[in-house]
Amino acid sequence: MNDVSLWAVFLNSTIINNFVLSLFLGICPFLGISGKLDTSIRMSGAVIFVMLVSSSAAFGIHTLLVALDARYLELIAFIAVIASTVQLVEMIIKKTSPALFRSLGIYLPLITTNCAILGVALFQTLRAYSFLQSVVFALGAGLGFTIAMALMAGLREELELADVPNLVKGAGLTLMLAGVLSLGFMGFGGLGG
Amino acid sequence: MSMFEKQGGQKYLDMELRTSPHYSRGVDVPQIMRNVVYALLPAAAMSVYTFGLSALALFLVTTVSAVLTEFILGRLSGHDNTVGDFSAVITGLLLGMTLPPGFPLWMAAAGGAISIAMGKFMFGGLGFNVFNPALLGRAFLQAAFPVAITTWDAPFAPGRFIEMINTSLALPFMTPPPHAATGATPLAALKFDGQVTPSLELLLGTVSGSAGETSALLLALGGLYLAARKMLDWRIPAAMLGTVVVLSGILHTVNPQYPSPVFMLFSGGLMLGAVFMATDMVTSPVTGRGVLMFGLLTGVLTVVIRIWGGLPEGVMYAIILGNAATPLINSHTQPRKYGTVKPVKQKKQQQGGA
Repeated sequence: MNDVSLWAVFLNSTIINNFVLSLFLGICPFLGISGKLDTSIRMSGAVIFVMLVSSSAAFGIHTLLVALDARYLELIAFIAVIASTVQLVEMIIKKTSPALFRSLGIYLPLITTNCAILGVALFQTLRAYSFLQSVVFALGAGLGFTIAMALMAGLREELELADVPNLVKGAGLTLMLAGVLSLGFMGFGGLGG
Repeated sequence: MSMFEKQGGQKYLDMELRTSPHYSRGVDVPQIMRNVVYALLPAAAMSVYTFGLSALALFLVTTVSAVLTEFILGRLSGHDNTVGDFSAVITGLLLGMTLPPGFPLWMAAAGGAISIAMGKFMFGGLGFNVFNPALLGRAFLQAAFPVAITTWDAPFAPGRFIEMINTSLALPFMTPPPHAATGATPLAALKFDGQVTPSLELLLGTVSGSAGETSALLLALGGLYLAARKMLDWRIPAAMLGTVVVLSGILHTVNPQYPSPVFMLFSGGLMLGAVFMATDMVTSPVTGRGVLMFGLLTGVLTVVIRIWGGLPEGVMYAIILGNAATPLINSHTQPRKYGTVKPVKQKKQQQGGA
């Protein structure tokens, strides 16, 4: 058991160890679909949902596998749960909002291989979080992802018409922006202790 | 200028096509930038008096490096050269003022080049830089040379006008020599040793700290000059400093262990950051409400990082994150178009009518 307070868990996963900008997890949707604010917020919504479901499922799986003394199955079980959750989200979005489904494109099924989501499941197991802590951790991680996506999308929309040198046009500029944002988040290092 | 001049180089109509605003004050970029330099000079002079030759060399190196980078990149990019508009001078000078006086000069030169190259030209030059170039350069230096940038020198060292601080002339890529005389900044003294520096010393700037950030009084006077000439949006420093005072005041009242609002206001780089960096016209919001939100955000982040963070000073990070949030703030505080109704209200009216 881990006796860190819920608030500390939340703050840690949202800001101090922001999954995208401090731990560099979940980079591919962060770079891939942060071009439009609207799309990136919806993508973040999908990620938060998958994180919450897979985190609570991962807690159950971990408890079960510890009881069965079969912890070596953990990783593959986590991946299976995440993949099926993503399938669920995909079906829901396809049914309710075909436009969003099209704009998310390949990145929606790619949530399956999003390291941030597997990261949540693995970190919470490693740190022996309780169920409540796990859920708060997943929520914080998702919100942190949302913050990073929103900041990035805002900056990229702002720079859409900028006279950027050919050298860094496109992906180069996005990576540099990610680097600067990450420098900014360094300021939160050591927060709270 | 206009589309009529293009055909065969012959001028058909002597008129210029442009969108509003049509009335201008006749103040251009070089004029504003030059005035910002004037406003910075008293604090820079005070810093040279306090820290001696090293501070002077530091300012010169960062400024020359920034201007040189601007010149070279301007040539390479093939656009109109913008060296003459003084913006690179400000970036260099501001960067120098945020660095410790004994900072190795080769690192300072690298910082100046990074500020202009990564902070400005990468985004397409002046007007497109989404982050304050000087702060971006400093954040880079903080990440690259964490020890050198947190080694402070004592003020009023004897012989400061005759010889440089020994770390200033460290050779490139070599470990700087150990410091002869170091001093803790007021914020570091508070955070790591629990010592409170008297407010008057903070106000005058006779304390240890970054080269140009110590004299809160002269920086504030520079800001007042710019605000009086309407070359600076006074609401930004007012909102940022106000937030810091109110928030730290509440914390100080609840638990006197936290530093007093006066200490928070006059210590560290807050005055420099709030007056000269947060107010950067390119990287701060353009709407009235947006400006207040920006000040609030940077103020809160400053207090949070200073009081609970691992670093003693958080103004730089607060402003960089504020810059990052500026596009979002701008798009969320767009004023209502004249003659239109807010979308939400419109819906209600329709429902009421039906």
